Amino acid sequence: MELCHLAAHDIHHLLVKREVSSVEVTESVFRQIDKVEDTINSYIMLDRVKALNKASEVDKKISAGEKIPHLAGIPMAIKDNMCTNGLLTTCGSNILNNYIPPYDATVVKKLREQDVVIIGKANMDEFAMGSSTETSYFGITRNPWDTNTVPGGSSGGSVTATTAGEAICALGSDTGGSIRQPASLCSVVGLKPTYGRVSRYGLVAFASSLDQIGPITKDVTDSALLLNAISGRDEMDSTSVDLPVPDYTKSLINDIKGIKIGIPEEYFVDDGMDPEVNQKVRDAIDLLSKLGAECEDVSLPTTEYGIADYQIISRAEASSNLARFDGTRYGYRAENAESLMNMYKKTRSEGFGPEVKLRIMLGTYALSTGYYDAYYLKAQKVRTLIKNDFDKAFEKFDVLVTPTSPTTAFKIGEKTDDPLTMYLSDIFTVNCNMAGIPGISIPCGFSSSGLPIGLQILGKPFDEETIFRVSYTFEQNTDYHSKRPNI
Amino acid sequence: MPKLNINEVEHVANLARLEFSEQDKIKLTEHLVEILDYIDKLNELNTDDVQPTSHVIPVKNVVRPDKVKPSLKKEAALSNAPSNVDNLFEVPKIIE
Repeated sequence: MELCHLAAHDIHHLLVKREVSSVEVTESVFRQIDKVEDTINSYIMLDRVKALNKASEVDKKISAGEKIPHLAGIPMAIKDNMCTNGLLTTCGSNILNNYIPPYDATVVKKLREQDVVIIGKANMDEFAMGSSTETSYFGITRNPWDTNTVPGGSSGGSVTATTAGEAICALGSDTGGSIRQPASLCSVVGLKPTYGRVSRYGLVAFASSLDQIGPITKDVTDSALLLNAISGRDEMDSTSVDLPVPDYTKSLINDIKGIKIGIPEEYFVDDGMDPEVNQKVRDAIDLLSKLGAECEDVSLPTTEYGIADYQIISRAEASSNLARFDGTRYGYRAENAESLMNMYKKTRSEGFGPEVKLRIMLGTYALSTGYYDAYYLKAQKVRTLIKNDFDKAFEKFDVLVTPTSPTTAFKIGEKTDDPLTMYLSDIFTVNCNMAGIPGISIPCGFSSSGLPIGLQILGKPFDEETIFRVSYTFEQNTDYHSKRPNI
Repeated sequence: MPKLNINEVEHVANLARLEFSEQDKIKLTEHLVEILDYIDKLNELNTDDVQPTSHVIPVKNVVRPDKVKPSLKKEAALSNAPSNVDNLFEVPKIIE
């Protein structure tokens, strides 16, 4: 197998044993990029020179006998909404098409401290607003499993780079499913950590009470390694929580005897759900039972209200967060403005794409005089009910297991003219963000047409460890994660 | 629940500092009405005695020691400015 298709922990062992060099791994990744990038479009920008320099720096450290961190010399993709000092950060938007951050996001800083090789910035829906990576100013990204279908979104580029060998692993961000849903559609492991586990400093904000950065990897072991690297309290983000960070690799245990798994009945519906997805997830649950878990049905009655509630909360927060893009301090500025107000309006109208404008409009409306109580306050109250559902379920269960997405990858263009239908593709992922709990998507099979299906495992706040244990056990007893697209 | 018309869309667009063509306004209004209709679903739930959640983690006021630390250099802060003059961000004239 080409080096570019290996997991980070496998490459680490090869590096330490000096069987391969980081330069060889990085070159293998760039060869794959040269081969598939014209079709897939995982990246907004690539940084070949700096990547190879970093790789060779790591190789020198290894030659000198230095002990290297687990992710040293590993080529990674960074979603383009995370600030990288000196490296273009566009958020998939025209309004940031020339933005070169003068600082690193905390997660990027932490990866640099581990000597990660940053390959480039991954494509994404504009401002992470989308479920298909079709709203990027820099073109659509295609699903490597079937290039007529979408990869999911919004972390589409991070996911396709990982599954197609254009990166060993990647960072994504997840506001309503943007790591887990594309991970499911492209057969990789995608984790949204508990809200507050990972610093959001330097992540371009979409909905601040929901956003969280997380790992996108080829297997569960890499997910644990990457979470180890990026977690922890950061004084630059007051919502990052001051709790000890465990060594998540200690949770990679192939044993789930006695683990109590809840199966939320509302996540298995006839309406709008692909029967093959239903079946594969049922099969996965049967396997977890056989492996010793105690599976039992549970009800989360507010599930169906999640998308409506998310519409209000995320759009309201987005309209406020995106007010900063006005052509004054950074990014795009419209020419020939007659006044300051005219500059704001022209800049924003030319700089933002249609989906972003639609969301800003909805959020502004929901927060405007006379409508606040009816929409925003109501939504915050429903958010409490959604959270209560999970709190109650977790009194009895260690984790909840569901499908990640109601369908496999859909056709490019299929949902672009119908926003509401597009939003509903996040129906099984949004409530995890609303409640702030951690959730992972792992590969659990393929449809008859060969499209990936993902299993979602939701855990208690700050209990990523049990999620890893269940995921790892499932992975050790299946081989879906080892399949790569034929591209 | 009040539903949106084009006049309100224009009002909200002004609040959001956005402009739309007449054609786009029609499509936008349609989409917003459709989404707001869907959101009405939330009124099926009685929330009279429910406390709102603005944040899911029990973090209250977070304070830090009031110590002077180095921050972004002026040149770095201005490096992305579309227009700057004398170490300031430059914008079109505000006061005639």
